[in-house]
Amino acid sequence: MNIVYWAAAALFGGLGAFMVFTAGWEFPPMEAEQIGYRGVAMEQVTNPRILEKIEARNQVPEVGYQPEPGGPRASEVYENVQVLGDLSEDQFNTLMVNITQWVSPDEGCAYCHNEENMAEEGMYTKTVARRMLQMNAAINKEWQDHVKDTGVTCYTCHRGQPVPSEVWFRNSSPVMAGGRLGVETLGQNVAATPVGYTSLPFDPFSDYLSGTDPIRVIPEHALARPGGASIQQTEKTYGLMMHFSGSLGVNCTYCHNSRAFVGWSQSPPARATAWYGIQMVRDVNGKYIVPLTPVFPANRLGPHGDVAKVNCATCHQGVNKPLLGAQMLKDYPELNAVKVSD
Amino acid sequence: MALLNFERKYRVRGGTLIGGDLFDFWVGPFYVGFFGVTTVFFSVLGTLLILWGAALGPTWNPWTINIAPPDLSYGLALAPMREGGLWQIITICAIGAFGSWALRQVEISRKLGMGLHIPFAFSVAIFAYITLVVIRPLLLGAWGHGFPYGIFSHLDWVSNVGYQYLHFHYNPAHMLAVSFFFITTFALSLHGGVILSACNPKPGETVRNAEHENTFFRDFISYSIGALGIHRLGLFLALSAGFWSAVCIVISGPFWTRGWPEWWNWWLDLPIWR
Repeated sequence: MNIVYWAAAALFGGLGAFMVFTAGWEFPPMEAEQIGYRGVAMEQVTNPRILEKIEARNQVPEVGYQPEPGGPRASEVYENVQVLGDLSEDQFNTLMVNITQWVSPDEGCAYCHNEENMAEEGMYTKTVARRMLQMNAAINKEWQDHVKDTGVTCYTCHRGQPVPSEVWFRNSSPVMAGGRLGVETLGQNVAATPVGYTSLPFDPFSDYLSGTDPIRVIPEHALARPGGASIQQTEKTYGLMMHFSGSLGVNCTYCHNSRAFVGWSQSPPARATAWYGIQMVRDVNGKYIVPLTPVFPANRLGPHGDVAKVNCATCHQGVNKPLLGAQMLKDYPELNAVKVSD
Repeated sequence: MALLNFERKYRVRGGTLIGGDLFDFWVGPFYVGFFGVTTVFFSVLGTLLILWGAALGPTWNPWTINIAPPDLSYGLALAPMREGGLWQIITICAIGAFGSWALRQVEISRKLGMGLHIPFAFSVAIFAYITLVVIRPLLLGAWGHGFPYGIFSHLDWVSNVGYQYLHFHYNPAHMLAVSFFFITTFALSLHGGVILSACNPKPGETVRNAEHENTFFRDFISYSIGALGIHRLGLFLALSAGFWSAVCIVISGPFWTRGWPEWWNWWLDLPIWR
C-alpha cells in the first residue's frame, strides 16, 4: 500500500517537474481582446512581452526625402524606362533609392543594374523587379478587398532583403535530422514550422495557394457521406489554417466561431478579409510570380525547380496587419503610378 | 418515509464543524447541519437567479438558455446584472453551494468516524470548477474568461478555448487528464466486470470470493491490485483526471499563449539532436 502511495507521489512529482522545467512557459499578466459575444471565448490572449519583440520586427522605415512631382518625366530623361515613365525625374530617382533601401541595401544599385549602363536589360533581377512593381501596383488597385487603403509596398515583404524571408517552395520531403530511418513521411507527420509544428501535411501551399483546390472541407449536412472531403484533404486544410494562424499571430477564433467553422453568419468579419487574401495570393502567385520561373537562375529555385512563392507570412510576418497596419504606401504614392501593362 | 432498521445507528450526534447542536438534526432521512442550511440557501438563490437570467434571455429552450459572464472590458470589476453581473452572483452561489456540500460531507464523515475521502474527492471537482471560473479569470485579469452557464453555450466556450490554442490535444496536461479519464473508465469496467461475474454465477454455482477475482486478474494481466487496492486506485485515477483537467485549462492563457503544438518544441530543441 505504501508502495502505491510512493509510486503515485513519484509519478506526480516526476510529471510535475518534467512539465514545470521544460522550456518556454510564459507568465501573467497577459492581454486579451474579445472578438465575439461575451462568454463565447472568441478572444485573442496575447503575451505583451512576446508581442513587444514581434512589434519591434515590424516597424516601418523612416520617411526620407519627398521628391518633386513637377519637371520632365523619367521617360524623357532616361532610356528604357518601361513602367515608371510617368514619374518626374526626381520621383523616379527617389523611388530607385528607396527600392534599393527596401530590397537590396547591401548589394546596392548593382543588384539589378549594370552600373556602366543603367538602362541595359539582361540582369534577371531587373526583369523581376519590374514585374514586382507591376504586381505591387496591381495589388493596391485590384485587391483593396484585402489590402484596404493601407496597401502594400516593396518593404511589406522584402524588409531589406533581396528575397523576402517568408517564401515557400514545393516541398515533398524535408531533410530530417539523423536520416529518414526508413520512415516514409507521406508529406506529413513531422513537426513542421509552416503548419504550426503539428503533424499536419507540411506543404498545404502547392495545392491551395498556387493551385486552386477547394479549401473548404466541412460538409453541409450531418454525418459523413460518400463524396465528401477525405481525411487527407481535411488535414491539408487544417495545415493551411495553421499557417494562417502562425503568419498573423492569431488563433482560430480570429476568423471562426469554432462551433461552426464553415458558417459565414457566425464568423467574425476578419474571415471575409482572409478569404480575399486567399484569392489575392493565388492571383499574385499565378499571374506574377510563377510566370517568372524561367527568368530566375537555378540557384534561386527550389528543390523541385519552382520559384519562391508568396503565402500569408510573406507580408504578415507574425502580425494580423502587416507592419502593424502602418499606412506606409501613403508616403510613396509613386508606387501606384506604375504602368500595369496587362 | 420509513426508517430503515439500520438507519438508526447512522444518526450520531456531534461531529459538527460549526453551529454546535443548533442544526444537528434530521429532516426525514436528510441530515441538516449548518452546511445543509447554507447549501439550500445558495442553491435555491442560485437556481432562482438562473431562472431570472433565463427570463431576461431570448429563449426558454433548456438547451440554449445562456447566462454569460461579463465582457472582458469589465476586467475584475462587478458588472451590471443584465451584462454578466448575474453570472458573477450565480458563480458565488455555486461555489457557496458546492463548498457547503463538501463541508456537510465532512460533518457526516466525522459523525460516522470515517476518513475524509469523500469530501476530499468532491473537493477536487470543486477545485476544477473554481479553476475555470475564478483562478484562471483572476490570472488573466477578467471575469469574462469564465465559461457561460448554458448547455450549448458552455460547449461553444470549450470548443473556442480549445481553438484559441490551435490544437488542444497537444496540451500536455490535457493529455494527462484525458488519459486518466480513459484509465478510470477502463479500471472501472475491469472492476465492474469481475464483480458482476463473481456475484452472478451460473444457476447452481456459488458466488466467487476475492481470491477467485485475484486469480482471474493474475491470469489476465499478470497482476491483481486486490479488493481494497482497486478502490484506492480508482480514487487516484479519478481524482487525477479532475486535477489534470484543472491544470490543463489554467495553463492555457496564463502560462502559455501560443498554439499547444508549439509547446513541444522543447523536445525538438533537446541538445542531443537539435
